[in-house]
Amino acid sequence: MSVEFDQKIHDTLADANLQLAIYGSTARLKQGRIDRVGELPDYQELRTQANAIKKHTIENLDYYLEEFERNVEARGGKVVYCKDATEVADFVLGLAKEKDAHLIVKSKSMTTEEVDLNERLEHHGLESVETDLGEYILQLAHEKPYHIVAPALHKTRYDVADIFTERLHVARETVIEKQTAIARAVLREKFLAADIGISGANFLVADSGAVAIIENEGNARLTTSAPKVHITVAGIEKVIPRAQDLATFLKLLARSATGQLLSVYASFLAGPRRAGEVDGPDEFYVVLLDNGRTKLLPDRAKRQSLYCIRCGACLNTCPVYRKIGGHSFPWVYSGPIGAILTPQFMGVAHEPALPFASSLCGACGEVCPVKIDIPKILLELRSDVRKSEAREKQNRLEKLAFRGFAWLVTHPALYEMAGRIAASMAPSEDGGWISRVPPLMNLPPVKAWLSQRDLPPPPRKSFRELWRQR
Amino acid sequence: MSRENILHRIRTALGRSAGQAVAEPPAARILVPEVDMETRIASMRTRIEALAGKTFRAASQEEARSIVAAELEGKTAVASNAPYLAECGIGELAGVRCGITDREELREVCAAADVGITSADYALADTGTLVILASPAEARLVSLLPPAHIAVVPRERILTGLDELFAVVPHPAEATSSMVLITGPSRTADIEQFLVRGVHGPGAISVVIVG
Repeated sequence: MSVEFDQKIHDTLADANLQLAIYGSTARLKQGRIDRVGELPDYQELRTQANAIKKHTIENLDYYLEEFERNVEARGGKVVYCKDATEVADFVLGLAKEKDAHLIVKSKSMTTEEVDLNERLEHHGLESVETDLGEYILQLAHEKPYHIVAPALHKTRYDVADIFTERLHVARETVIEKQTAIARAVLREKFLAADIGISGANFLVADSGAVAIIENEGNARLTTSAPKVHITVAGIEKVIPRAQDLATFLKLLARSATGQLLSVYASFLAGPRRAGEVDGPDEFYVVLLDNGRTKLLPDRAKRQSLYCIRCGACLNTCPVYRKIGGHSFPWVYSGPIGAILTPQFMGVAHEPALPFASSLCGACGEVCPVKIDIPKILLELRSDVRKSEAREKQNRLEKLAFRGFAWLVTHPALYEMAGRIAASMAPSEDGGWISRVPPLMNLPPVKAWLSQRDLPPPPRKSFRELWRQR
Repeated sequence: MSRENILHRIRTALGRSAGQAVAEPPAARILVPEVDMETRIASMRTRIEALAGKTFRAASQEEARSIVAAELEGKTAVASNAPYLAECGIGELAGVRCGITDREELREVCAAADVGITSADYALADTGTLVILASPAEARLVSLLPPAHIAVVPRERILTGLDELFAVVPHPAEATSSMVLITGPSRTADIEQFLVRGVHGPGAISVVIVG
């Protein structure tokens, strides 16, 4: 376990207010999900259907991405594939320069958190403003989301009052409705002045070339309607085959995420505004981001991690997340889904303790609306961690052996003596190849080496001896 | 930039070749129940009211107009160019701007108006949802920028739910560049899970069902 992971866990456990905030918020979200899915008589059938659609799409991902791309471009939009954070930032920066854009409004997107898009854009002098209330608070506080769905779950109204007073230079305000009104007023100006809107996507609909965005506040609608340019940044795994599949996913998503029947706004956006439309963007871009996702595809069992629809239900139900909170996790994704995504995106060595930070109680797998077998993947990742540690150990032994060898060859007298001893001990009486050594020499590394190879018999005289007799 | 590279990586990982066909995806799960219109209307009203929205039932277009007039009570409003609103005579009400076809003008009017008035292409009874397809008749900002939203919807547009919507409109992209489903007023619970309405979109919603 890294010192940082250990420290963050201890800090979170020691903070009583934080414990209360995490426990209370996740309890409400958890109960909301239980109540709403309980009302759905065909809830299990919907999960099975959602899983089957995701499985089919991921197994044929290239086909559906190309279909999506064709349909976006047929309606006047443009699709851009990016392999990593730098490519996304370069694309946005290039477009901003071309459009002489300075102000960008952003709606909530975990994918852009992955690539630190705001920081990269601001580094190049652009103003990029988060517009989801929780994300806006965190941007002002320079923090990462604490939870996939409720990013500022750990902030109290008093924290928000401090942040607004310090960063927005407004009079201290601790009434939540009034704090919301302050943010609304500031952000309203930004929406109306912005040159570009950047959104995430909950789904990319292949047969329509459409982006589906689910939200409660209306900031994603404003982000995608008010500015003249709309850019969607989405992971390649977000594609689904048909608009009709949304009937299944929409029924599951809001119920699992927040305990709502439907979120307040579900936008289905297919290209720039069309002839005669009074508003809407003139330009429509979709960035399809890899950023490590293709690394998850070869393994049949683990590729199901890419089915995730980011509802956060596994966080709310997880006894570990509910104690250690979101910021203890070493990357943007927290909770059980973070514990399986992070090692696969960043490599198991990024935080080897992560797959072990679970009681394997199975609750995450049970609540997952797309039936990702999270406990099974955690076990596979634990095995990967152990294998990687064993490899590391073997490497250390090898290094030690070679250091000894280096010392030996730089001491000629000792080297010659060692050669003579080795030759005299070699069990080759008849001059044949050696495939076994005496039991005393049969140490594990030697044994492993000889299990695949034979040694040539030692020469009667060494090179040095022959040289001297010349 | 990385198109070919990414597609190649995907195909290699999945053992697929470029342009290879796929098996049919699992059949879409669309199950449309039979629900009579009065039950749909009752469900629509219950669901909207549960979200702190208001609902009205108008027997005629004239009555719908009086309901909207009473709701406005002196406030300023912007109405979309929906033919149904024109049929109801909403644009003739005092304080209501309509017929806007210029983007900048629409943006200014919507940003200043107290109320935005739209129709809806469909409504979903089992969730209390309005479905609006953007078009020259329905601009996006009318239901978004003003702090209150009134929708006037003829009863025959009320569908049972999501499944029926996607049965009636299986390919929304052919019909519109933007289809939005609106379920209740804009809301947030981002601070202490405390519910606040009207964070970016309208904090109040009223639906007038006509017929």
